[in-house]
Amino acid sequence: MTPPEPAGVVLRLDGIVKTFPGVRALDGVGLEVAAGEVHCLLGQNGAGKSTLIKVLSGVYRPDEGTVEWLGQEVSFSNPQAAMRAGIATIYQELDLVDDLSIAENIVLGHEPRRLGFVRRAATARAARTILGRLGHPELPAWRPVRALPAAGKQVVSMGRALSREARLIIMDEPSAVLAHDEVANLFRIIRELTAQGIAVIYISHRLEEIREIGDRVTVLKDGRTTAANLPARTTPTRELVSRMTGRTIEYVFPDRVESPTGEPLLRVDGLSRDGEFTDVSLTVAAGEIVGIAGLVGSGRSELLETIFGARRPDRGEVTMAGRRLPAGSVPAAVRAGLGMAPEERKTQALLLHEPIYRNITLATFARYATVGITRPGSEREAAERVAMLLDLRPRDVRPTVRTLSGGNQQKVVVGRWLVGERTRLLLLDEPTRGVDVGARAELYQVIRGLAARGVGILLVSSEVPEVLGLADRVLVMREGRVIHEAPAGSIDEHAVLDLIMAGSLMEEAAS
Amino acid sequence: MSTGTQAPGDTAAADAAPVAGPNWWRDEASEPIRRNLGLVGVLAALIVIGAVTRPDLYGDPAWVRNNIFTILMQASAIGVVTVGMTFVIIGGGIDLSVGAIMALAGVWATTQATQSFGAGGMIFAALTVGLAVGLINGVLISYGRLVPFIATLAMLVAARGLAAKISGKQTQVSSNLDINSIATDRILGVPVLVIILGLVVAAGWVLLNRTTFGRRTVAVGGNPEAARLAGINVRLHTLRLYALSGLCCGIAAIMLTSQATSAQAAMANLYELDAIAAAIIGGTLLSGGRGTIIGALFGVVVFSTITNLFAINGLTTEDQNMVKGGIIVAAVLVQQFRLKSVTQFLSRTRANT
Repeated sequence: MTPPEPAGVVLRLDGIVKTFPGVRALDGVGLEVAAGEVHCLLGQNGAGKSTLIKVLSGVYRPDEGTVEWLGQEVSFSNPQAAMRAGIATIYQELDLVDDLSIAENIVLGHEPRRLGFVRRAATARAARTILGRLGHPELPAWRPVRALPAAGKQVVSMGRALSREARLIIMDEPSAVLAHDEVANLFRIIRELTAQGIAVIYISHRLEEIREIGDRVTVLKDGRTTAANLPARTTPTRELVSRMTGRTIEYVFPDRVESPTGEPLLRVDGLSRDGEFTDVSLTVAAGEIVGIAGLVGSGRSELLETIFGARRPDRGEVTMAGRRLPAGSVPAAVRAGLGMAPEERKTQALLLHEPIYRNITLATFARYATVGITRPGSEREAAERVAMLLDLRPRDVRPTVRTLSGGNQQKVVVGRWLVGERTRLLLLDEPTRGVDVGARAELYQVIRGLAARGVGILLVSSEVPEVLGLADRVLVMREGRVIHEAPAGSIDEHAVLDLIMAGSLMEEAAS
Repeated sequence: MSTGTQAPGDTAAADAAPVAGPNWWRDEASEPIRRNLGLVGVLAALIVIGAVTRPDLYGDPAWVRNNIFTILMQASAIGVVTVGMTFVIIGGGIDLSVGAIMALAGVWATTQATQSFGAGGMIFAALTVGLAVGLINGVLISYGRLVPFIATLAMLVAARGLAAKISGKQTQVSSNLDINSIATDRILGVPVLVIILGLVVAAGWVLLNRTTFGRRTVAVGGNPEAARLAGINVRLHTLRLYALSGLCCGIAAIMLTSQATSAQAAMANLYELDAIAAAIIGGTLLSGGRGTIIGALFGVVVFSTITNLFAINGLTTEDQNMVKGGIIVAAVLVQQFRLKSVTQFLSRTRANT
């Protein structure tokens, strides 16, 4: 099957390489986008999609390779330069000023003005024209953006791109924040844009969307283009998925030991939080690793935080070793033997300016105190034992934690719950995010080692191979529900990806 | 699937981050020590200016010894308040009501009814009022979820209002000789006020550096989410911080009352600004998570040395306030310069070598 000939190529990337310390995020990516088409970018987390977007939008400069825009080789030194050239990016976290009006947001940065005064009438006119082009003339130009729902904000964001006369709009998972009927509206807008000759790069994990809106698909894996310009509607799902899977990054998983079959240590019954996740029930036994696969926004992080008491559930309960945990109390969860390594290391877990050892003992320093007076010596010794156990490098625990690499910082976050060996169940949220390959393998060893010593582990990751390689049992989450559960040996990457992206096995199971 | 036993490739890459070798003391952990050295330098410069402008006074050792105590006594009440303020700021908050709490505690302790209970009753009243108002601040902020700035600003207005109502806008003279003698007595040649300051600073240092309370303070201010997810009760701790600040105000109210042998609703005016300024130039991060008690003490002493310098040279408080403003700006500029430029410069050069 030959891909359709592009009408007029506006963007051509060739051999783009971008490296970060320890990671080769892009390793020779090629991409070709034609005017008026919706070009879908497909790839697993870590495949290099976000880095590619940032190269295109002028946030990063590529180390090697060429970017050809409208027939000329370009190199954008900053996002403003890319925007001036006609490339606009709509990120998931929309960069709107909440307290300005719709019109002001649309013309932000190039307001119509005279003698330094903004011309309000001209601003409103410009905004109304653009909202009309987007098929939303009903949006009140002077309403503050804050009052709009996510879908409305997205329209404003696209309006800003149009007001800059963008000829290519990059949309990073635009449907992730939208309800079902809002997606239909988004697609209508995209069709109107492409009818005007604007090219769209569309990123989504949902295959059914790609089928509906996409013209061509380019697939990324390990920072390389594994397939270019496949027809979006007719390429079989199996082919798309196979181009994304079988990642070659060395994932070295320790050998699996015998799966434990003990009594459940942690039991979650019908746990729900409105708008986040619904009716989740699961169990984890001592020494068992249970993995949750799912996309960002599938409710997995919220689920973990609720189990840990950091959020209060609307319904359902959590039982630890037969005793019900009080809702919404982290101290109670910690006393019951739970520990959690949250998703965002820097904002949720570390005191970056504090010494390493104080970060390791953040949850336990009170145990190394007599009537409130700390004993820094014994506390540091305890931290050093953990540092030894996790092979923290450098071994000195006195410098501030920010001097450590990402992988070693993550060891500190996990190690926090190993001090004194009181943690019986560890909740790990994206334990290897931002961690390079070597340190990943070490973290896997640590996680398996903990399980071997009888610690139950509930792991969340967007990287399917990680879940499959580590877990004894796999749960798949989609849109806040657990849609599938299987022993790790009986399910493969294809099946999991299929479930995450399309939910097809769920329909089979239901019928 | 990718399960295997072979060792991962080269894990040395994991340690590409700047390695803290024998130079770990150059790291931020020792930043406060270096900043305190900077404040010692400022203090030395102020003394040199004093010696140059008034060689007649500085030539007299007896005067110099006495002047040191004068400076420290002047710093004593505000120093005690600054210790409490430093805890609140490290914990990620701010207390604008300290001056007002002092006024309320001072007025409450000097009503005729309270004075009839003697010195013990007056001290008890001042400490209880300070603690109680601090607790109200804490409850409003922790459990009422008010922004600290707003809650304590409201308390600033309300507490001074209540103080004015209780005192009937009159100056209440303290006729208790035990209270009044706090400002004049000396123990082993050291003024009692200076001893109280020393004790509060020492207690504050131990509390911040050697107790679980101090560790929680740093955690709550440095990263409240991390503290919460580590099982620390962030709200309860925040409440305690404001109570501590209130208690310090109660102590300071007695000190100031004894110095003036009276109390009134307008006393300790603008102390909140002096205390915040002293904490900040002492190296406390306004955004929380970092700060030192010793630095805050230096901050207070630098300010009272400037006051002293202007007084012995016969200059006005107007001039003095302008210089104080300049010093606050300069100190914060120096901090930013240190933190951003120098550490970045160092890490760059270290990475290059």
